[in-house]
Amino acid sequence: MTIKKHVTLGLSALALSISMQSMAAEDPIKVGILHSLSGTMAISESTLKDTMLMLIEKQNEAGGVLGRQLEPVVVDPASNWPLFAEKARELLEKEDVDVIFGNWTSVSRKSVLPVVEELNGLLFYPVQYEGEESSENVFYTGAAPNQQAIPAVDYLMNQIGVERWVLAGTDYVYPRTTNKILETYLKDHGVAADDIMINYTPFGHSNWQSIVADIKQFGSEGKKTAVVSTINGDANVPFYRELGNQGIEASDIPVVAFSVGEQELSGIDTGPLVGHLAAWNYFMSVDADANYDFIDAWVDYSGNEEAVTNDPMEAHYIGFNMWVEAVRKAGTPEVDAVKDAIIGVSVPNLTGGYATMMPNHHITKPVLIGEIQDNGQFSVVWETPSTVAGDAWSDFLPGSKDLISDWRKPLACGNYNVVSRSCGGAAEVAAE
Amino acid sequence: MSISRSLTSLLLLCLLVLAPMAQAQSTDSEATALLQALADSSYAQKKDVIAEIAGSGDERARGWLEAFANGKLSRIEDSGQFVIVLSNRGRNWTVADALSGESLGEVSRRDLDSIRINNALRNELDGILSVIDLTVANPDTRLAAARDLRGEVDAPLAERIDGLLQTEDNSDVRAALTKALAIYQVEQGDVAAVAILDGSLNARARVALNGAAQSDDPELAAAAAQALKNIETKLKINSAAETLYFGLSLGSVLVLAAIGLAITFGVMGVINMAHGELIMLGAYTTWGMQQLLPGQPGLALILSIPAGFLVAALAGIAIERSVIQHLKGRPLETLLATFGVSLILQQLVRTVISPLNRTVITPEWMSGSLMVNEALSLTLNRLYVIGFALVVFAGLMLIMRKTRLGLEVRAVTQNRAMARSMGIKATRVDILTFGLGSGVAGLAGVALSQITNVGPNLGQSYIIDSFMVVVFGGVGNLWGTLVAGLSLGTINQVLEPWAGAVLAKIVVLVFIILFIQKRPRGLFPQKGRAAEG
Repeated sequence: MTIKKHVTLGLSALALSISMQSMAAEDPIKVGILHSLSGTMAISESTLKDTMLMLIEKQNEAGGVLGRQLEPVVVDPASNWPLFAEKARELLEKEDVDVIFGNWTSVSRKSVLPVVEELNGLLFYPVQYEGEESSENVFYTGAAPNQQAIPAVDYLMNQIGVERWVLAGTDYVYPRTTNKILETYLKDHGVAADDIMINYTPFGHSNWQSIVADIKQFGSEGKKTAVVSTINGDANVPFYRELGNQGIEASDIPVVAFSVGEQELSGIDTGPLVGHLAAWNYFMSVDADANYDFIDAWVDYSGNEEAVTNDPMEAHYIGFNMWVEAVRKAGTPEVDAVKDAIIGVSVPNLTGGYATMMPNHHITKPVLIGEIQDNGQFSVVWETPSTVAGDAWSDFLPGSKDLISDWRKPLACGNYNVVSRSCGGAAEVAAE
Repeated sequence: MSISRSLTSLLLLCLLVLAPMAQAQSTDSEATALLQALADSSYAQKKDVIAEIAGSGDERARGWLEAFANGKLSRIEDSGQFVIVLSNRGRNWTVADALSGESLGEVSRRDLDSIRINNALRNELDGILSVIDLTVANPDTRLAAARDLRGEVDAPLAERIDGLLQTEDNSDVRAALTKALAIYQVEQGDVAAVAILDGSLNARARVALNGAAQSDDPELAAAAAQALKNIETKLKINSAAETLYFGLSLGSVLVLAAIGLAITFGVMGVINMAHGELIMLGAYTTWGMQQLLPGQPGLALILSIPAGFLVAALAGIAIERSVIQHLKGRPLETLLATFGVSLILQQLVRTVISPLNRTVITPEWMSGSLMVNEALSLTLNRLYVIGFALVVFAGLMLIMRKTRLGLEVRAVTQNRAMARSMGIKATRVDILTFGLGSGVAGLAGVALSQITNVGPNLGQSYIIDSFMVVVFGGVGNLWGTLVAGLSLGTINQVLEPWAGAVLAKIVVLVFIILFIQKRPRGLFPQKGRAAEG
């Protein structure tokens, strides 16, 4: 429509250049959305797809980017990890998208990684993860372990006085790596090996009776005990239900979770869980105008008065706005230009502050600890005094403590070893 | 409104000036000042403010503290008015004035500043509220309060409890108070108090005894060590009973999930990979019922027992008519076709209802646990599931053994041609049998909705286990399914604390594979000529 208007205006010589621009405006900027809409992960990922569609719609209403409209391209990788790679290839080769927002599980990201690197795409990954990765083509808008796990453990250790630790997680790469980091961290802080109990359960585990009984036993030895939970997905619902049924209250043994957000809690009666903790970079209950506006928009968009928002949604909100900002700055959606332009870009987050893209492709985030309320929301009890920059390579793992990542030229390296002063090579990063 | 309030507060002020002795109710301005202090101070300072509020003697103090403990005490941002949140769902919350108790209707969440509380403060508050509750008229409240005080007693409180013990007439409350006091006394090194804690299964009592056992006083240490030893023995028995209960409860879930399959697969010989999705349909029926009857989760759950049976049975019959009957005698193709059906059903639920899990409310009478003693409590939802599994099993046995349908089913499965020549309508029997097996799967779904997630993937997590139970128990034998389910559940739960959940599952699977090598027909093989063929 605007094109036609421009063309009718096009009488003078000036009109020629305008219509040239309008010609360019004819083809919209394509934004790929790579989230599972079926299969196990649909429970979490389908919400993120809707978030992206909402953000794109809002951006288009505001005039798009560089005068061009954004066109979402949605594909369904069906919670099937190899299919993620195929769908990413389809997005980049066939659909020719300029950017991809997607993935939830680390294994799906690892599957997509070689494809985006080979075809030089852009991927924004919105979920908290185990770190130990930095790709030239991926931007990590979720939390690295130093933006979630470590501050949470610090809080328990210093504010609550916890001396015994249960590290409970689902059996896959994120919990295993995070727990390895935490174990080293705890031992560095003088916790004896006897005071750490580690437990792994399969995906979707539903029979928590004996594990919860074990935790109860472990915590009744007189030292203050806490559970650090990296239990993922819907296994949390029966876990918390069993905690409630066996009468473990937050004042006895608090559970701090890294994967339980408002969405997971919307499936259970949170009455017995009041006071258990979660560590995130965003809570729906945060008292900030940007947040209230976002919630209003989301409720209107989803048409569900009870709709909840969560941390990965905020990560997409930040990631999307950063990308828009970088495209504006670069003047083109072209991948290489955006990749350079985005470093240093700052956009508002939903908690009343700003998020900045760091040279290691991670962003700055505040860390919040919240206690579960009886309405399925969290009340913030503690937060870091300032934002924390994401650390791609953990300082608490022997293999990675000397590595840094900096994608600015001339270093432009994802795993630079500060001791040997050499770059491990991008190929090696991709191979991980 | 505000004028009348200031008038009343003025009046109150006058009263207070006139009669300083009758200070039962602090003035609103004093109360506001206290709440203001509570709202604006740091977590560390809040402790003192709480004590001040509790000590103010205001009748409303308990209400404020309770609301504060529940995170329901808020302040309206613009006016600074303190309110108690009555409903905190959605974007607008219903509130009432904290001072007058007058309802203020709905207020947007944006305009409310909730007064923050954390676990440490909540603990503190619980203690204070318990102390207040020690003097109320209701003995149950007093008992609960006395129990909450275990491990929380300090010197001034010990004196108060001593005083209360003189006047307390309820024996249970007395016992609980004595114990709470004894824990404090043992901590202070009182040998006589050790005897009171001997045999107590309370964790706080054990902590106190543990401390005493390490003390320098040899007499105290010896007494405490002896008491601890007695406790350990008791605990061991309790933990064995607990493991057995866990095993039976997991087993009963397996039995429920598998018993429908024992009919369709075991008796009819149909490999139905969509069995799990029939379970899922039963669970979704429960959810649907609860949507239809809001506010009555218990009634909805009871009604979903017949409804879940019907829905799953009809779905099963539809599958039998449309797919399975055309593939009779071709097990591999049946397997693939029903696997396809299972995927279709899953995706159908995802698109029609939602890919997200649905909340099924657990009725009041099924939540919590039945406390046998302080170390052993049986979770109620599991207890009901065990009972339900046994009832379903008994019902099925009755149908198969005592009814005409059961007789015909057995006849058709043993020798189809012979049964037909005797005038039995084999097709009708097929439909009914499959419907029965599917309906039972629906019943399993109703039960599972109370202990696991109701979502599109519900069925997948149970299909493998179900086949395992049926094969282990012996194909075609209902007793076998019962024994196999319960024993697999128990083995799993005994192994789990040692080996971890993942390894326990693997060990059970390996065990079954080895067992089937030895006894290919399972625990209770069918006998007779029909079985040999």
